[in-house]
Order: sequence, then C-alpha cells, then structure tokens
Amino acid sequence: MKYITAYTLWLVVFFVIPLIIILSFSFLEKTPYGGVNFSFSLEGYKSLLTIGYLRILWRTVWISIISTFITIIFALPTAYYIAKSKFKNFLLLLVVIPFWTNSLIRIYAWIFVLGNNGIINQFLKLIGLVDSHIQFLYNPWAVILVIVYTYLPYAIIPLYAAIERLDNSIFEAALDLGCSKRKAFFKVLIPNIKAGLVASIIFVLIPAMGSYAIPDLVGGVNSKMIGNEIARQLTTAKNWPAASAISSILTLITLLGVIIFVKSSKKEVLN
Amino acid sequence: MLGSSVEIRNVDKFFGDFQALDKVNLQIKRGEFFSLLGPSGCGKTTLLRIIAGLEYPDSGDVLFDGISVVSIPANKREANTIFQNYALFPHLTVFENIAFSLRLKKMSENEIREKVEKLINLVRLEGQENKKPIQLSGGQRQRVAIARALANEPKVLLLDEPVSALDAKLRQELLLELDNLHDQVGITFIYVTHDQAEAISVSDHVAVMNNGRIVQIGTPYEIYESPADRFVATFIGETNLMKAEVVDVNDEFIRVIAKGLGEFSCYKDKEVSKGDKILLTLRPEKIKISTKPLEGINSFHGVVEEEIYMGYQTKYFVRLDEGYILKIYKQHVNYLLDEKIIHWKDEVFVTWNPNDSFIVEVEKG
Repeated sequence: MKYITAYTLWLVVFFVIPLIIILSFSFLEKTPYGGVNFSFSLEGYKSLLTIGYLRILWRTVWISIISTFITIIFALPTAYYIAKSKFKNFLLLLVVIPFWTNSLIRIYAWIFVLGNNGIINQFLKLIGLVDSHIQFLYNPWAVILVIVYTYLPYAIIPLYAAIERLDNSIFEAALDLGCSKRKAFFKVLIPNIKAGLVASIIFVLIPAMGSYAIPDLVGGVNSKMIGNEIARQLTTAKNWPAASAISSILTLITLLGVIIFVKSSKKEVLN
Repeated sequence: MLGSSVEIRNVDKFFGDFQALDKVNLQIKRGEFFSLLGPSGCGKTTLLRIIAGLEYPDSGDVLFDGISVVSIPANKREANTIFQNYALFPHLTVFENIAFSLRLKKMSENEIREKVEKLINLVRLEGQENKKPIQLSGGQRQRVAIARALANEPKVLLLDEPVSALDAKLRQELLLELDNLHDQVGITFIYVTHDQAEAISVSDHVAVMNNGRIVQIGTPYEIYESPADRFVATFIGETNLMKAEVVDVNDEFIRVIAKGLGEFSCYKDKEVSKGDKILLTLRPEKIKISTKPLEGINSFHGVVEEEIYMGYQTKYFVRLDEGYILKIYKQHVNYLLDEKIIHWKDEVFVTWNPNDSFIVEVEKG
C-alpha cells in the first residue's frame, strides 16, 4: 500500500501535473520571447491547421507503424530462439548490452556507418561498386532503420517472456495433429503470446511516435517528425502554445491508438 | 476406424552419451491395447515419441502395417498422442481443441460440427463445448485430449502416462473408461506408464522396460506370474526373493536349500542341475498363514514381526525360525468367521504350493 501511494504521488507530480500544464499552455496566448500570456486563445491550435503540419503528422504515424512492424518481425524469431536456447541468460544479456551505451552515441554511430564517407560507402568504393557514394542517410528509411535498431530490445523482452512460459508440448501437439511448423507458428504460437505481442507493439509504437533525436540526427529536412516540430516551436519559433498544442495532440493520438489496439486485441482473445 | 499393427525393429536412441534405447524390438498387433511399463528414465517415453514421430531413432526402423514410417514426419503419421499434461491449446475452447485437426483438413463447418459432437458424446463432455481448458478439471482435460486425438482418426493412439496427474480414485475410473473406449474405437492403443497396476489391469500385452531395454514381453498374467528376471519380479507387484542352492532335481520339481529358510521344493520352470545357485520369486498372496500347523510340502514355522491392516487384506511380515522374513498377504474372505485372527508376535505356520514359486535367475554351480 505504501508503495502504491508513493508511485501514485510520483505519477501525479511528474506526469499528471506536467500534462495538465502542457494542456493549459496550449490554450494560452504566446509572447514574442517564449513563455505565455495568461489569457485564453486558440492560436496554438489554429497554427497547426496547415498542410505542412498534417504532412508531418501523417509521416510520424506511418514511420512509427512501419518501424513497429519491422521491429516485431525481427523480435519474434529472436525471442523464440532465445526462449528455446540453452544459453538464454547469456543471449538476454546480449540483448540488453546496447542499453549500456548512451542512445545518442548509438545514433551517431549509425552516421559513421551509413554516412557518405561512412564504413559502408568506403567499402563500396573500395570494391568499385560505386563512384562517389550512395545516400543512405537523411531520408525516412534511415529513420526507420535506427528506430528499429533502438527499440528492438524493448520488443524482444516481452515476447521472450510470453514464449518462455509456454508449454513446449502444445507445439508438439500441433505437429502431432497435422500442423506444419509454419502453421503451428500462426495457429498455436501467435494466439498464445498475444499479451506479449501487444506489450511489444506498445513498447515500440509509443516511443517511435515521440521520436526526436533519431529524425533530428539521421532524418534530414524531409523526415522531420512531430517531436522535431515540438522542439522547433519551443526553441527557434518561441511559440510555446503551439508546442503545447502539438504535444497535446500527439498524446491524444497515441492514447487513442493504444486504447483501440488493446481493446480490439482483447476482444479477439476472448472470442 | 481400424488400427494398424506396429513393429519396432532394432531401434537405438542416444541423447549425447546416454543411450535411451538399446536394440529395442517390439511387435504390436492391430487393435491391441499394449503397455510399455518401466521406471522413469527407462526409455518408454522416448520409444513412444519415436513411434509418434516426435523423435527420430539413431538406428533401426518403425513400421505401421509392415511399412516403414521413420521418414514420415509427426504431422503426416497416422498416430496421435495423448500427452502427459494433455497439451491442450489454452487459447481454444473444448470444441475448437477437438476440431483442430478437422479445420486443418479444411472440412466443411457441418461436417466438423457433426464429428466433434460425436466425439464429445463419446468422451462424455456434453455441455462443456465452449469452455476453455483452464476451466476444466483434470479428468475433463484428459477427455478433451482423447477426443482431440481421436478426431484425427489415427490408426494408433499413443498415451503418455495419461492418468498419472489425477488422484487415485479418478485414475481407476478413467482407466476403465479408456478400456471401454478402446473396445469402441478398435484402434491400436500404446500406453506408457510407470504404474504396474495400471498396465496389468487394462493391457492385452505388456512390455517391461529397464535401462533402455525390453526385459520381458507378455500378457499381464505372464508378466505377473512368471517374471523373466529379478527386475520384473520386484517391479511388478511385491514378492519374496529367495536365494537358494539346488540339492536335488527330478522331472518336474527340484529340492533347494536356502539360507534363513531351510529345505523346500519348487517347480522346475527353468533347466537347472544339482549345485546350481538360483533366485526364486514367491508372491506374498500365494502363501497360507495360520496359527495351527498346516499340511503341505513346504511348511515353516515363525513369528509375526509386523502386521499391516489394509481393509481388504492384511500384510504380515513373518520371521521364520531360521531367520528369513517372509512377506505374506492374507485376504479377508471371512474375517470374523475365520479361525483366530492373527496379530503381532503370534506364532504362526506358513505354507505354499511348490508350483507358486518361480526361478528368475540361475547361476551354474
């Protein structure tokens, strides 16, 4: 009980109150040097109704969904392999090792790998496959690549937990009853790890929607996501109400998405 | 539905350095209820999994109706398994669990409904169709597993200790049900168990296994009454093992002398000659016990060391005059009308028919 109170307090102080502040700032007037005037205004939201913002919003959604999809595609077999391996503790350690390095450094590392003078381009030049370089960076696919790389461990761990506690004999029963291995995967494995799958998707999708550093560093002008726009409004544009309005909308979209997703997957589990 | 005959030829199986099966040979008749009986780790489950196609033998062959099936994977083999923990699909209802193999065969919805309902009636699960496995009792789960396996119309049903997870009373009931079910569906049942009482009560034939080898194959009667060796004698039921030396031999009987017992006669079920050292088995229920002297060739006198009342019978441990402790089970046919009830420390007379002991080991003298 003590812990629950402490945790609730923590949530209220560091999550609920800031959220309320952001929400209320979005309905206030901006001042030219940042900050807000305490009088009601819808200017923050009005400035969002431009084609440019809708495009960024849409890009944020599709980049996040594709990244999540690819992450799960990689995470599922990896988690399965780890769960069935004799060396699962060691393999799990390998999965979490990237967390020991600062995430910004890991993103910069990708620039060194994929950059115009990066390792891959140098190698391609060396074997004579290209004359100058291939432009890997500064497009949405570079963003997707790094999001997948960054959030893969978050997807592997809940899937691993779900697969690990499954009784291996249900796969044998599926084979015994006429399933091929592929069919056993879709008919027996997937339905029985649904909770883990839902957790994995949420763990990747939410941070992907709020990406800031990744599109900032490897994304270029045409791959800006909502996170970058929030930062721009807050810093260079000095429009705090607009930044708050975008944040509120991002939170709302993510929240709605998660609620719809969890509800629909629960319904399927029950049927 | 009709069963297949199953033949195992010279099957070896290794797990690393451990030899789980050692030159196993078996012939199981079409439609038979066949048990593989042995202590844990004897290789019986490995053998079952090889028949199912879930493991591959390192050498040897498995034949159904005379045709090798070793190269046929589990999902194409006409054998289905009842797993020890039933392995029901937790995400599916009872109905869908049973319908699993039918849906894979892309049967029409009507056909599926008809078949599943038939199976549900067969295993008496009416009204449970829409429950999930987690809502069922152990006995019900087992029935779902049986129905699910039978839905695939296997020619061989493999049962891996299917009742071991249940309590004693339910175990007896389900065993009888399995026996009835076997009579109804007529397919070959191969039943793996470590419980000798289960194996001998339902099987047509039993193969007793130990350390990856088959020690004896026979009817339950043969296995119990004339065990092939010391292992079978002690593993199946309880027995008195007696080391003895042959002192005289004639056509049908031999005279032996045993330490702690003295001299007595027994049936010559194996070829022995004078001077051989032999090991005899004598079942405790074959021995008569009384407070009055008894008629008979093999009569001894002793004192009751221990008395265990079991309701339908009493177990006595009787120390004979020369020291051997004999286990005796006395059935209570007429408990009170019988002569004086025998108790702890009573002096008793015991006797048995020479035909009731069997020679399990012979060491040439």
